[in-house]
Amino acid sequence: MQNFLERIGERTLGILEETGRTTSLLVVVLFHMLQPPYRLYPIVRQIYFIGARSLTLILFSGLTIGMVLGLQFYNILERFGAVDLLGSGVALSVIRELGPVMTALMVVGRAGSSITAELGIMRITEQVDALECMAISPDKYLVAPKVVAGLISVPLLTSIFDFVAMFGGYFVGVVMFGVAEGSYMNGMIDAVQWEDVRLGLVKSIIFGGLVTLICCAKGFYMHLSKAGSQGAEGVSHVTTDAVVLSSISVLFSDFLIGALMQ
Amino acid sequence: MTNTSSNAPSIRIRDLYVDYGARHILKGVNLDIPSGKITVIMGGSGAGKSTLLRCILGLKKPVSGSICMLGKDVVTASLKEIYALRKEMGVAFQGGALFSSMSVAENIQLPLHEHTSLDQHTIEIMTRIKLDMVNMLDAEKLMPSELSGGMTKRAALARAIIMDPKLLFFDEPSAGLDPSTAAELDDLILKLKGGLRMTIVVVTHEMESIFKIADYIAVMSEGELIAAGTPEEIRASTHEVVQDYLNRKPREGIVDADEHLRALTEGSD
Repeated sequence: MQNFLERIGERTLGILEETGRTTSLLVVVLFHMLQPPYRLYPIVRQIYFIGARSLTLILFSGLTIGMVLGLQFYNILERFGAVDLLGSGVALSVIRELGPVMTALMVVGRAGSSITAELGIMRITEQVDALECMAISPDKYLVAPKVVAGLISVPLLTSIFDFVAMFGGYFVGVVMFGVAEGSYMNGMIDAVQWEDVRLGLVKSIIFGGLVTLICCAKGFYMHLSKAGSQGAEGVSHVTTDAVVLSSISVLFSDFLIGALMQ
Repeated sequence: MTNTSSNAPSIRIRDLYVDYGARHILKGVNLDIPSGKITVIMGGSGAGKSTLLRCILGLKKPVSGSICMLGKDVVTASLKEIYALRKEMGVAFQGGALFSSMSVAENIQLPLHEHTSLDQHTIEIMTRIKLDMVNMLDAEKLMPSELSGGMTKRAALARAIIMDPKLLFFDEPSAGLDPSTAAELDDLILKLKGGLRMTIVVVTHEMESIFKIADYIAVMSEGELIAAGTPEEIRASTHEVVQDYLNRKPREGIVDADEHLRALTEGSD
């Protein structure tokens, strides 16, 4: 019994310690972002990596999810003779919920995992120490551009996802099932309010920062975790942890933001 | 133990204690590293020499003690002061620690881009000078993955000296290199000392390298400094561990495999 309680205590302390480290990394990154010199190139490079190179995945997943939504909504709405609501149903679901959440999850899978692996490998091959010894702050040089790029890229990717998903719904509803184009488009325009767009935007900005911060922190502080002494296997552990934790954080904060901005 | 030297020390270490969890890694190390010379910190695996180097570089906080370097105590210095100190030092890590996404030249130029406002043309000239010093002028555009072990170490050295530091540190410079490449690197270290008049600290356990390059040797064992002096003084040391180390005598407590197997077999009968 005592061992069990000790394990719970140890695990709780570990979680608190990790949360504290990640929060302090956020504070340090925010502090560094405000300090000169301001360098645009590392941020642009990360926007290319997180944003531009995720574009194909976002286009494909957005289109597929929009088509699935169109199909499911059409089947349900047809039973009630309300297919005119197809456009508004697809648009609201995508803008308020699915767009930000799915985009963030896609970014976690594609860019987040490689951010963690990259920083983890840099840590175990002494590249982070080398930066420190060159009097270059690794927080500013490695982490800050990634977090800033996440804050910029994820909302942009979300807006692309939203647009493509609505087109997917349009394709299924209007082209495949013959729903009137005017009713689909007007349904979207009438139903979507500024509050819905704002909710989606706020969510995507928060998810962008959250995902990149968690993935950066997992790799950057790899040496402080249990996996730190396990070399290549440790990198795979922290990468898996980063993906799982980021995904759960996105889903949970989606609920929190939704509840707070209701 | 505290050693004395005719030169004013570049680095003065006093009563340094370092723990990793419950393990005591450094147990009250006192050492003066003379300026303008090559000091070798030697000792067996687990002796604490790499931990000592990490403390000097400000990468590991000791439990207690002081490390005075260029007039500042690394242990109590603020992050800003440590960063100012680091601009005066160069470090060549064991594995090179080159950034894999950058070419050799970009790796070497990084400190100049970050800490100076020199134009790109000047930076490129400086890079070529340092690459020439380490005989790697033709490897400027190569990526770290395209370099051999020796080339990686030389590229790391070029990066370490790009800012013309006052202090230069090497962590196991000849580890993993064939004897002739290791000898080349030793010659390079000696050439740097002569040409750039730096204080050089080398952490290694390669006996041949040690007596070729060292002006001053500090011997560590089980977290303690057990001897320090010139190579001649170390050779003449009567300390048992030092002599065992110099004569490559196996440590006591190492299990004889045959005897151990016999004991196990007899026990099971």
